[in-house]
Amino acid sequence: MSLLPLFNWFYATTVGETIRNSTWLFPAIEAIHLLGLGLVAGSVLLVDLRLLGVGLSRQPPVQLWDNVRPLLIGGIVLMFLTGTPLFLSESIKALYSFAFWIKMTCLLLVLIFTFTYRRAVIHDGVSAEKPNVAKLTAIISLALWFGVAWGGRWIGFS
Amino acid sequence: MSLLAFFGWLGDTAWSTGLHESQYAYSIIESVHVWTMAFFFGLVAMFDLRLLGWIMRDVPLSEVLKRLLPLTIIAFVIMVITGSLLFYAIPLRSFQNIFFRFKMILLIIAGLNVWLFHSRVYPKLTGTEVDAIPPKRARMAGAISLTLWMCIIVSGRMIAYNWFDCDRQPQTAIVNFLTSCYPDLGNP
Repeated sequence: MSLLPLFNWFYATTVGETIRNSTWLFPAIEAIHLLGLGLVAGSVLLVDLRLLGVGLSRQPPVQLWDNVRPLLIGGIVLMFLTGTPLFLSESIKALYSFAFWIKMTCLLLVLIFTFTYRRAVIHDGVSAEKPNVAKLTAIISLALWFGVAWGGRWIGFS
Repeated sequence: MSLLAFFGWLGDTAWSTGLHESQYAYSIIESVHVWTMAFFFGLVAMFDLRLLGWIMRDVPLSEVLKRLLPLTIIAFVIMVITGSLLFYAIPLRSFQNIFFRFKMILLIIAGLNVWLFHSRVYPKLTGTEVDAIPPKRARMAGAISLTLWMCIIVSGRMIAYNWFDCDRQPQTAIVNFLTSCYPDLGNP
């Protein structure tokens, strides 16, 4: 099954067309997308660095997680709300972009990972007893988020 | 030699041209700049939000500062290096870019804010540092920092756009003034 008809439909949406026909809409939405990235990065890093034993290492991971969880979810929602119209405006380019598919794959994986296994590791408090499990969790999380960020930046270069 | 002439000369040097025209080097440096930005701004935002008392009220402010500051300094140094390389690749056009100039002014203000916070505001917080919500002066510093860095990121992103560039005339007189552009004389 070809995705082309679907992506053609995305491309033809009013939102997509409005953004394409505007000089400043794409940059403006993308700038907000970038601020959302900062919010997500901060709330991910605080916990992952902690799992690695860096940064706020005197607090248990679960305490940091409870603090930043609303920010992480808010940041993801902000990025989704800004990322979707950006995607609609250039969905055909995205369809043929290797970077776009890398980004979406990593995004799906990291969202599942964050709210299942990573969340369990944080709640188990394994960082004290099994520091290697905590570190591996942080590395997987950071690697997947990096895949998202790499793909995101590289869509623009292709 | 005027700054315009200097940056014009700099852009004609072999390394600058090589970087500008490279297939991957420029893109990679630019990506590192953006990713480091996410690291830097992310942690700065966490600290500023703590300063505002919005998050981590159960973690002492002094602890958040002590633990996060070294990480943000490392990230900032990487951003300065990669940012300088990006400027070096396209010096004259960047120097005359209105968003670049705006970003540099904001960076100076942000630097002043950092200096004021660490020299005047933070030292006077001793004793109250474990307070869930710091005093108003500290909260102000957090709000100013957050606003400044957001504006810096947005203006940095906008440097890529040539709407107000010198080689796109006609521009209004105020734009040409703000970009040191003299269309009647031709580009230096």
